[in-house]
Amino acid sequence: MQFDSFQAFLNMGGYGFYVWLSFGVSTVLLLTLLFSSLKNHKQVIKNIALRQQREDKLRQVRKNRQNAQTTIENEVSK
Amino acid sequence: MWKWLHPYANPEVSYHFTGKLIPWLSALTVLFLAIGIVWALAFAPADYQQGDSFRIFYLHVPAASLSMGLYFAMAVAAFTSMVWQFKLADASAAALAPVGAVFTAIALITGAAWGKPMWGTWWIWDARLTSELILLFLYLGVIALHNAFEDKNLAGKAAGILTLVGVINLPIIKYSVEWWNTLHQGSTVSKLGKPSMSIEMLWPFLFCFLGFALLAGVIVCIRFRSEILNRNSIRPWVRDLVSAQLKTLESK
Repeated sequence: MQFDSFQAFLNMGGYGFYVWLSFGVSTVLLLTLLFSSLKNHKQVIKNIALRQQREDKLRQVRKNRQNAQTTIENEVSK
Repeated sequence: MWKWLHPYANPEVSYHFTGKLIPWLSALTVLFLAIGIVWALAFAPADYQQGDSFRIFYLHVPAASLSMGLYFAMAVAAFTSMVWQFKLADASAAALAPVGAVFTAIALITGAAWGKPMWGTWWIWDARLTSELILLFLYLGVIALHNAFEDKNLAGKAAGILTLVGVINLPIIKYSVEWWNTLHQGSTVSKLGKPSMSIEMLWPFLFCFLGFALLAGVIVCIRFRSEILNRNSIRPWVRDLVSAQLKTLESK
């Protein structure tokens, strides 16, 4: 251990402000990048799922309409 | 000889492989960074000239080396994608850019916070500092180009050209302290032969450097996986994976 007390550790031989500024800014930047990357990954999955749901719904609607059409045609031709 | 590599060119295999890799890399990151940072802050000896301000070195040098290393990796990926039309390479280049940009910003900020007590100024237009600032702008340009096009292949091509043109900046940064008379000191660690550093100072540096490199690896893997999903969103395996993930989210 290079320091006699916690006070001395914080003081960093008079360079405390610069040392803790460096370590503080680096920590904040790296954690922000890490958590925004994780959040972004979840968002990507959610966006793809939403698009998928929308496409499935459209396909369903199209199918229903087609079924209705054929029923009407069958009724008319009878 | 290199045939074992072929399956990893498949996006699905790469996605699952990096997914398995992340927990191991994260554990190693925590281990190395915890040891390295505590050692650097509390146990490494103070410099005989610079006193305790020297402890900024343990952030500044790994960040600066990684800012260049990540750029080089991004350039290799851009080259691979351009020559062999290999689409996963574009995804990895897009994943590398933001991580590299953050490490460049850290190198610049810690450099300023070290320069103020040692040189008496936060910033000076010296060759090393200016070329590192240009590196940050190159990264920002690459990120902007990746996001500027809806068509990801086109975006990858545009960003790749900028990346490859910007490679010229790497030797300029590296040798700026030798070519020009700069305020920035010469290299201490990566000298050929013996590093001009005492062994008690070198060990914590190696731990910090490896820790930050591993952290960069973890974040690149996370971003790489998002890029893969985005670029393959209509493939059946992505559709299956997304609906399975959504079910587990809903059941929670």
